[in-house]
Amino acid sequence: MLAFSWTGLILSSVIQYGSLQPVTEFVNHPQSEEQITGAFIELDLDNDGKKESFVPGVNQPGEQTFPQPISGLAQQGKEVYQNMGCLYCHSQQVRRKGFGADFERGWGDRQTVPRDYILQGRVLLGTSRTGPDLMAVGQRQPSWEWHYLHLYNPRITANPTRDPNKPDSIMPPFRFLFKVQKIGDAPSPDALKIPDNFPEDKAPEGYEIVPTDEGRALVAYLLSLKLNYELPESRFSE
Amino acid sequence: MSPLISFFTSIDPRQKTGVPLKVQLSEIDRQMRVPVIMFLCFAVLWLQIGTFFAMVSSIKLHNPEFLGDLSWLTFGRTRSAHLNSVAYGWANNAVFGVGLWIMARLCKVTVRHAGILITAGIFWNIGVAAGVFGILSGGMTSIEWLEMPMQVAPLLALSYAMIGVWGVIMFRYRALGHVYVSQWYILGGLFWFPWIYMIAQVMILWVPARGTVQAITNWWFAHNVLGLWYTPMGLAAIYYFLPKVLGRPIHSYYLSVLGFWSLALFYNWAGVHHLIGGPIPVWLISAGIVASVMMVIPAIVTAINHHMTAVGNARAVWCSPTLRFIVFGAMSYTFASLFGSAMALRDINVVTHFSQFTVGHAHHGAYAFFTMVMFGSVYFMVPRLLKREWPSAALIKVHFWGTAIGIGIMLFALHIGGWIQGEMWNELKDGAPVYSNLDVSQALVKWFLSRSFAGILLTIGHVAFLVNFVWMLAGGKSTRYKEGPTLIGDKEGSTL
Ligand code: HEC
Repeated sequence: MLAFSWTGLILSSVIQYGSLQPVTEFVNHPQSEEQITGAFIELDLDNDGKKESFVPGVNQPGEQTFPQPISGLAQQGKEVYQNMGCLYCHSQQVRRKGFGADFERGWGDRQTVPRDYILQGRVLLGTSRTGPDLMAVGQRQPSWEWHYLHLYNPRITANPTRDPNKPDSIMPPFRFLFKVQKIGDAPSPDALKIPDNFPEDKAPEGYEIVPTDEGRALVAYLLSLKLNYELPESRFSE
Repeated sequence: MSPLISFFTSIDPRQKTGVPLKVQLSEIDRQMRVPVIMFLCFAVLWLQIGTFFAMVSSIKLHNPEFLGDLSWLTFGRTRSAHLNSVAYGWANNAVFGVGLWIMARLCKVTVRHAGILITAGIFWNIGVAAGVFGILSGGMTSIEWLEMPMQVAPLLALSYAMIGVWGVIMFRYRALGHVYVSQWYILGGLFWFPWIYMIAQVMILWVPARGTVQAITNWWFAHNVLGLWYTPMGLAAIYYFLPKVLGRPIHSYYLSVLGFWSLALFYNWAGVHHLIGGPIPVWLISAGIVASVMMVIPAIVTAINHHMTAVGNARAVWCSPTLRFIVFGAMSYTFASLFGSAMALRDINVVTHFSQFTVGHAHHGAYAFFTMVMFGSVYFMVPRLLKREWPSAALIKVHFWGTAIGIGIMLFALHIGGWIQGEMWNELKDGAPVYSNLDVSQALVKWFLSRSFAGILLTIGHVAFLVNFVWMLAGGKSTRYKEGPTLIGDKEGSTL
């Protein structure tokens, strides 16, 4: 019985997935930084009646294919993501338009499909959304600084004025991904700028708060999470 | 005879023939005493550890700063430590104790080399402890239900093999005659668990499969570990204790056959409903939905069978600690299964899928059904194994009411809160989301608070259980025995 379901469910998918390869066809996302020149197509992504420009193109053999493998630093960050258990509050999958509101929430411009995950060593789809989906968080929140502050204390980014009438974040703080150090000759470039409303989070005079290697890697991973390419089986706004 | 052959003949656990049944059973209880009590001790210990991590995680969800600066106790780790302590610590030890004991009694045989069983049991628990430590110290895999670092898997698998094999040996040498439904369930579970565990370990962690095949394997495992390991063991216990304590046979033999085979047939396809809407082939999801809906059959069939057996005996059910817990569990099984089938329907799933509703459902099955049944079983077994009675009826009542009300509130909070959460994520007005991330996060707080309140009640129940259990172990022969079994209500009078 079990052998049967195993064959049916798992073995058949292994076979089905065996032929999936990264593809070279892509369309640039308008907000993506790496635009590749080519012909334009126009699509109305956010349904405001105004068409956004897209730059479609087909790469030559040997050029960039999608999905892309992640960098070494981001891979280290992914390990932090795993051992901290971010997965238990955050998913990494976008459901199709019309099934839930993933698309409208800006969690991704298209549905994710099996091919999106074939290069991932460990797949972290997740089944809980206590927080938002993170499949494309690198596009939504492209700022290192924002992520550092948010991880240090999510209340800082959620409710900077500490207004008790405003909703607040229930995400746990990850202060242990940061360290307090004496300011050297000049402040470090990635030292946190804690707003004055959060005096208890500030470093003592003459000290600064900077991310540890783990913290830096984790943010590199978060920024690598993008859904800025199309696949033949999943086009934008699907 | 060569030592090897003599070992194999020495495992033959059959009793001498011609001994009266009562004597045989008490002889079995005597021989099973040490291993079974050991498993129950471990189980009760893990239950407390698991409860501790559950409370910490629960509080963290509404007070994120609570123990917020300890990386070892960040939410993702404590909730995983909770899950693994209750699943592999509490539930598996309970299964080993209760399952093997029922198997021994039904097969009228016992374990000859209890030493091997005990050693394996100790190694199993060392493995679980190492695994939970690994989770807390940064080795978590983030594979749901398999969070322990992969290095502990071989130890767990090996110890399991040396534990589970005794169930199979007992079945092999069973007394001739009718095989009772509990025996099928236990035997089935003993084979199913190692098979799903090993495949999942290998295909996700040791030789990772490609892409989302990992997710499919993950949910095939995580769903089956509930449905083809804990569920059959829970059902085996209900089928054993319900007629036993009531002193009447099970309502229908044929319904129990149907219940068993429909469970075995449909359950193992159902796991993919955890991936509805996800990036996997659509036909798999459809197959999963069909199988999940078919699960209505075993749920209803088993419910009828249990209900018809117990009907008309409300008084007895109420007075016996065993039955009170077991009937609570049996009823929860029905409801949890029906909820589960409903949750697989796309229209419902689109709301419940990523919400606390799913968490509520997991506790419905694993706690309200399985754990309550195991509590009931322990209340029956320990007096027979130790030849003593439960020292305090009041503590049993505290245990029952704490856990019954606690889990009731918790299920209510998580199902309702989860539904609201799912609706809030999905709600659109003119193509734009109505609620921000923060709105959703804030709306959950009051439901999380109710869950923590429920958790306090559960903790009270568990501590009462622990005290009674330790008291019983330590109490020696002085503990009341002659006065007959400890009841939690007399036949006519008080109702509590
Ligand atoms: C207890 C659940 C929980 C855990 C664990 C958790 N988060 Fe969150 N996360 C949230 C919630 C709730 C929000 C939305 C409120 C906010 O922005 O803080 C959120 C928001 C975010 C966002 C912003 C997304 C957006 O669209 O603005 C990022 C990025 C994020 N989390 C990353 C992480 C990482 C990385 C981890 C693990 C180190 C993590 N989270 C662990 C609950 C959680």
